Amino acid sequence: MEIYLDNSATTKVFGDVSEICVKVMTEDYGNASSMHHKGVVAEKYLKDAADKIAKTLKAKPKEILFTSGGTESDNIAIIGGAKAHHREGKHLITTCIEHPAVLNSMKYLEEQGFEVTYLPVTEEGIIDTDELSSAIREDTILVSIMAVNNEIGSLMPIAEAGRIIHSANPRILFHVDAVQGYGKLNLNPKQLGIDLMSVSGHKIHGPKGIGFLYIKDGIRIVPITYGGGQQGGMRSGTLNIPGIAGLGRAAEESYAGFADKIDKLYILKERLIKGLTEELSDIRINGIDTSDRHISALSDEELSEVIRKTAPHIISVSVKGVRAEVLLHALEDKEIYVSAGSACSSNHPQVSGTLKAICLPKELYDSTVRISMSEFTTDKEIDETVKAFKEIVPMLREFSRR
Amino acid sequence: MQYHAFIIKYAEIGIKGKNRYLFEEALVKQMERVLEKCEGEFSIFRVSGRIYLNAKGFDFDETVAALQRVFGITGICPAVCIERDENGKLPDINGLSAEVIKFLDGVYTDKNKTFKIKCRRVDKTYPLDSMEAAAEIGAQVLDAFPEMKVDVRDPQILVSVEIREKVNIYSEIIPGPGGMPIGTSGKACLLLSGGIDSPVAGYMIAKRGAEIEAVYFNAPPYTSERAKQKVIDLAKVIAKYTGKVRLHIINFTDIQMYIYKQCPHDELTIIMRRYMMRIADMIAAQNKCMGLITGESIGQVASQTMESLMATNEVVTDMPVYRPLIAFDKQDIVDISLKIDAYETSILPYEDCCTIFVAKHPVTKPRLEVIRSHEHRLDEKIDELVKTALDTDEILELEV
Repeated sequence: MEIYLDNSATTKVFGDVSEICVKVMTEDYGNASSMHHKGVVAEKYLKDAADKIAKTLKAKPKEILFTSGGTESDNIAIIGGAKAHHREGKHLITTCIEHPAVLNSMKYLEEQGFEVTYLPVTEEGIIDTDELSSAIREDTILVSIMAVNNEIGSLMPIAEAGRIIHSANPRILFHVDAVQGYGKLNLNPKQLGIDLMSVSGHKIHGPKGIGFLYIKDGIRIVPITYGGGQQGGMRSGTLNIPGIAGLGRAAEESYAGFADKIDKLYILKERLIKGLTEELSDIRINGIDTSDRHISALSDEELSEVIRKTAPHIISVSVKGVRAEVLLHALEDKEIYVSAGSACSSNHPQVSGTLKAICLPKELYDSTVRISMSEFTTDKEIDETVKAFKEIVPMLREFSRR
Repeated sequence: MQYHAFIIKYAEIGIKGKNRYLFEEALVKQMERVLEKCEGEFSIFRVSGRIYLNAKGFDFDETVAALQRVFGITGICPAVCIERDENGKLPDINGLSAEVIKFLDGVYTDKNKTFKIKCRRVDKTYPLDSMEAAAEIGAQVLDAFPEMKVDVRDPQILVSVEIREKVNIYSEIIPGPGGMPIGTSGKACLLLSGGIDSPVAGYMIAKRGAEIEAVYFNAPPYTSERAKQKVIDLAKVIAKYTGKVRLHIINFTDIQMYIYKQCPHDELTIIMRRYMMRIADMIAAQNKCMGLITGESIGQVASQTMESLMATNEVVTDMPVYRPLIAFDKQDIVDISLKIDAYETSILPYEDCCTIFVAKHPVTKPRLEVIRSHEHRLDEKIDELVKTALDTDEILELEV
């Protein structure tokens, strides 16, 4: 039985999604910019997808800009936002545990003369909102904070951040990288004070190579690519209608029966965390175990409460004395697919910024795996996974590097 | 310039005696192998100690690159061919000179060079002899390009004009890889890891005409599928030069774990390498190989000191162990790795089984009797484990 628990890397597309993509590619393959009937049909898919997505956000369809995915959305929001407002100031704020698509956009802007403040995070992987308040300056023009951390599943206080930012200065652009959050959280940008929000299709059972950027009506940013002027000139290039149609369908389906799905995921997450901590010694559930809070000391209710303050689908486990890559391959042998918390190898040590930022003990950097679930994950898969850990970990610990 | 043929030069084969035809046949066969994958129509002729490759509708760069992967070739000369007319006549000396002038004009944009015309009249019915023809063509070239100068001792451009069944005109010699054609030396078994050295070692022995059988020791879950794929890709790099390479993938995990449990940790690598040599030795014998090939180089790492080499060499039965890199510095090895296009793959950062449990301070001067006595701690199960490893050998036939 194949158990796919790497859904934060990518997901299987919904059946409906592949169906509509194929239909658009083989039958309704027109260019949405064409004047004739084929173009009109293609444009309908575009409008329909924007409608569906807007509905999930309680936003307007014209606030949706289609892009190639999370990275491009982050780039347009941050670089396009900073370039549009550089006359008002050159200061930006982000956190030190963002995705490289955000961090490297910031780095690029630093080279262009902007100044960036990187907010630290607690051991739980969240920012301290007081630090955000004191980081905001008169020349701050943009703040970018992720909704859900991709490595440990911590939930950032987005609503509070939105309030703080806009009460300090309503002109500051608030960008949220919601690549790991969309489909798992109720995100209403207007309520949350979000001006720009990045989403990727393939993390929500949609196709790869498609995503969108929510741009609040009235927010001014400048394009970063130039061409034929599609999507109001904000992002030129022939529209990827098969991907867009698939994304629309995936968005709609992700939010169908939402509350139940999320509740089920939390129950699974709890089951997994309890299973692992009961069966194995010397492990740490990142974002939940901290230096002064241990799962073993929590009552069931307390644990449940703590877990519900994190994302429902991501679990980061550090297993002392076991190399993550080896654990990953041993699980792979049982057809269980997870990811290594930190891409590390003997030749190219590359420590994850997130694990460092949450003050994970050094010896655990290379012993961390990420388990990420989807709505298709079952009780049985979780039990099998716990069983596999119980079998594999003691064996691997016996053969550690001496 | 539109060339019609390549004249293939070979060096060492030329000095073979009665066996020479065998070497030439092998060379032709290898040329046919690489050209099969190239666009165009090719025909190969062996004429009095040289090989002609006629080509039509081909891509010049692709064809040359393919020929540069054929061991045995020392030079590739792109040539223009002048055919006889319908009466079976070759152009007269004025016609011939015009062709040479056209050739020079096409190949060299800058004419400010010294040159020499070298003529070989094989067809003795041609009215001028070699010397006369060369002198006459040279004179007409000088008339056509006054900026060119004759230098018969050390010309910048040496134009060869061969008057045979056709006339061949060529001036450039593109270097080939040298060596001996594959199939003229037998087969050897390469211990292939994911590193920089072993593919280079395999290449060097193959260059002497040997076919390659390769062995890789895999250690899942400690090594990944990508590490295995990397070795497959490296075997394919070698196969570009040699044709089909058979790669044996041996699951080494249980043996390695058993050594880890039973033997001192600082001797793990050396004992492990002794078992790799033993297993490679058996695979070589089963597959009619006449030697083992390793990428070892004296002193490069702890397991390649002279003491360590003695320790790993000791377990090989009567196979010679070829270590073509034994006296090479790392940079020299890297240079060859780059040249044969293996480097990019070799440096991909996946762990191989030699690095996973390596001790912080492995022995650098292992004493044979100590190693032997520690190895006895494996007596109970090791034969069984080796047998299982050999029985579960995964064999891939790799071709490009």
